[in-house]
Parts: sequence; structure tokens; C-alpha cells
Amino acid sequence: MMETPPYAVFLFPSVSHVLKAEKILKARGTPHKLIPVPRHIGSDCGVCLRVAAEEQEAAAAALQGKVIWERTVLL
Amino acid sequence: MQPDPGKNRLVYFDNAATSWPKPAGMIEAMGDYSGMIGGSPGRSGHRRSLDAGRIIMETREALAELFGCDDSLRIAFTKNATEALNMALQGLLHPGDHVIASGMEHNSVMRPLRFLETQGVQISVVSCSGEGLLNPGDVRAAIGPRTRLLVVAHASNVTGTIQPIAALGQIAREHGFLFCLDAAQTAGVLPIHVAEMAIDLLAFSGHKSLFGPQGTGGLYIREGIERQLRPLTMGGTGSRSEFETQPDFMPDKYESGTPNAIGLAGLGAGVRFVLAEGIDAIRRKEEALTERFLNGLASMNGVTMYGPPDAASRTAAVSFDIAGVSPSEAALELDERFGILCRPGLHCAPAAHRTIGTFPQGTIRFGFGYFNTEEEISIGLEAIRSIAPGA
Repeated sequence: MMETPPYAVFLFPSVSHVLKAEKILKARGTPHKLIPVPRHIGSDCGVCLRVAAEEQEAAAAALQGKVIWERTVLL
Repeated sequence: MQPDPGKNRLVYFDNAATSWPKPAGMIEAMGDYSGMIGGSPGRSGHRRSLDAGRIIMETREALAELFGCDDSLRIAFTKNATEALNMALQGLLHPGDHVIASGMEHNSVMRPLRFLETQGVQISVVSCSGEGLLNPGDVRAAIGPRTRLLVVAHASNVTGTIQPIAALGQIAREHGFLFCLDAAQTAGVLPIHVAEMAIDLLAFSGHKSLFGPQGTGGLYIREGIERQLRPLTMGGTGSRSEFETQPDFMPDKYESGTPNAIGLAGLGAGVRFVLAEGIDAIRRKEEALTERFLNGLASMNGVTMYGPPDAASRTAAVSFDIAGVSPSEAALELDERFGILCRPGLHCAPAAHRTIGTFPQGTIRFGFGYFNTEEEISIGLEAIRSIAPGA
């Protein structure tokens, strides 16, 4: 079985926040993906932003002060 | 000049109500949305839904850039400036609060205020000059111990009179009450910077100088004010779905129900057009057209123009009347004989007409826009000359 690289997901209050974060990371060239919020993390119908675990700190630094997020979870 | 109905040419002078024509990009954006997107923004994670959300986010970002707002999420979309103003006034004011407005306000402000008055909100309407100008000193004199808000139209929809908003914002800040600006007539044509002008709440319409479609508008809400501003509408937001209570954060607190995404796609293209052309260039052109028209009117006997005589003190909405011809008769003749589309009457602003002395008969309003031409101004002036008995 292929090993899944470790990921971190950022959880935001709403899709508007997720999309603003996406724009910031896109402009910065940080690889990322929007995925539905995994069931074991939250029960909301929304999406969250996934980055490689090693990018978590850099992504957080880029988003800091520009868009708020609720928490980050390692997958 | 003789009217030539055979040409069937229309001269659109009703831009103060709804701008027309729209930039090509606006129509394309709405067509693309309808044909290719169609998902519900913010309601699920599939690609079409996300694309819809991205389009709305780009519209928010373009507006934030235009209004000097650091965080685009401070802008909540509404169906027009009226809804945004209702959101601000009805959401903020409670019995016992005092609110100050000018004598030039539109009914989008006066009607909610008169309603709130019956609920115990105290209202001061500060008189303006005969040209519709509000004196900041008079606003100071109206301040009371329970003043909570100052609400003012940036420019009158009747006379185009531009209010000294930087001074007004400063007064509100000094005295610790909020400043709500009605930018229905100015967003897209005059510089607006929410931070520099101390604007706490900014209501705008999308379908006038921002070149969006009807059914679009919004309210900028300064950080922290959402804690004291009750939403008019509550419901599904796509966020916090596990709770039956309304989200308390921007913009979801004020954006319940599926939004007018196709309209906001068009509005985004309209705002990007404004940003690309530049506010200064847009203002220069509209000011030049207005000046040309004002100069032409000044030479006509029996035609009275209202509001400031210089184009620099006003927007491109010009009210006038013709002695011996009622505004509605004149408008009908302008339409039928000359293909000129304008708006007669009270323009939903009886307070403003009382201030300038044209209540209840009203005026004829020509609302020029960025796409009007000098030639059309000449056509307008010639038409007035041929209708006015003394000119």
C-alpha cells in the first residue's frame, strides 16, 4: 500500500474564509487542496484547506493577520 | 436640431437610477456564470460550488480594493443599498438611541428612520443649504448624550450635492458615535476610503456607478461593529450547520440564504472595470459632461437648475425644471419626441425636494454616466430649448 504523506488541514469559520485563504496560498505558490471537512474532525457541511504537514507553519505565517481560522489538525 | 425619430436613437440619462449601458465584461461574466457555473456558493465542496464561491470572493476583493478596506470579509452583500441601509439602521438603533441625518436623505434612510421613531428612537434631521449642502457645524450642534449614529448620503440623488464626508466622519469619531455613509450615488465615481474617512458603515448599490446588475449591493461593516448589529434576516449560511443559532462572524451573520451569485458575478466584472478605468478618469469625464450641461442650462430663460452651480461640487445627477411645463409632461415629451430617457418627480427623496424648494411638484433629473457623450449632452440641451417656452 502506498504511504500517504502526512497532511495538515486548516478549518475555517466559513467557505468565504476558506476561499480567501486559498487565494493567498495560490498567490504564494504553496501547494494546497480544498477538501470536504473529514467526518472525524467536524460535522459541518463545509470544506477545509489541506497542505502538506511540512508546509503547515509557512502556510499559517502567510495567512496570519489576513484571514482567521479556527484550528489546524494533522491527518 | 430637428428630432429624428427614424433613427430610433435613445439617449440614456437615467444613470442615477440604474447605469446603462454596462461594460461588455459584465454581460460576459453573467453569461459565463449561468452557462458554466451554476453551483450554490458556500453550500458544498464540489467544484462548481467552489467556483461559484470563488467568483463571489473575487467580487468582494475587488470592492475591498475600491473602498480601501483591508479585509474583504468585512463586506456583506445585499440586494441593493436600500437593504444595506435598513440593515444598518434597523440592526443598530434601539429605543432611546438618538440618530442624526441630513435634510437631503433618500427614503431608503428616511422611511426606516420614521419607522424607528415610532419605536422610540429619537431623530434629528439637520437642515441643509438651498443647494443641499450639510454644514458640519450644524451636525455638531445636533449631538446629544444618546447620539448613536450619523447617517448621510455621500451625494444627493436629486441635486448631486457632495457632502463633506471626511469632516463628518471626524466629528463622529471625536464624539464616539458611528458614521454610516450612503454611497448609492457615489460608489464607483468618487474616491471612498473607509479607513481614511472614518466610515464605520458603508452602504452601496451595485447597479449604478459600479456597473453591476440590479439586485446587487452591500454593506461594509467596520471590525467589531458586527457585535452590536443585529441581522435583518437569519437562516442557512452553509457554515456552522450543526447549530440552530445564527453565526456571529462576518460575512455569514448578514448573508443568509442562497446569494444572487449570478448578479455578484456581474458586479465583480463591473467593479474591475471601474478599477481598470480608474476612479479619477471616470470622475473627470462625468464632471466634464456635467459642466457642459450646466453651462448650457445657465443660458436658458425659464429653466431653473437646482444644487451647486459648479460641476466640481456635485455628481452627474442634475435636477432642473422648466417654467410652465410640469416635470412629468417634460419627461414624456423628452422620451417621445427626442428619445431622451430621464426621471421626473420626487426621486424617492421628499426631504431633499423640501430642502431645495421643489416639493411636491419635483424636478426633471438628468443622470449622466460614464458612457454618455458630449454629443448627447448637446442633444439634451437642444431638446430642453425646444420644450421650454421662454428659452
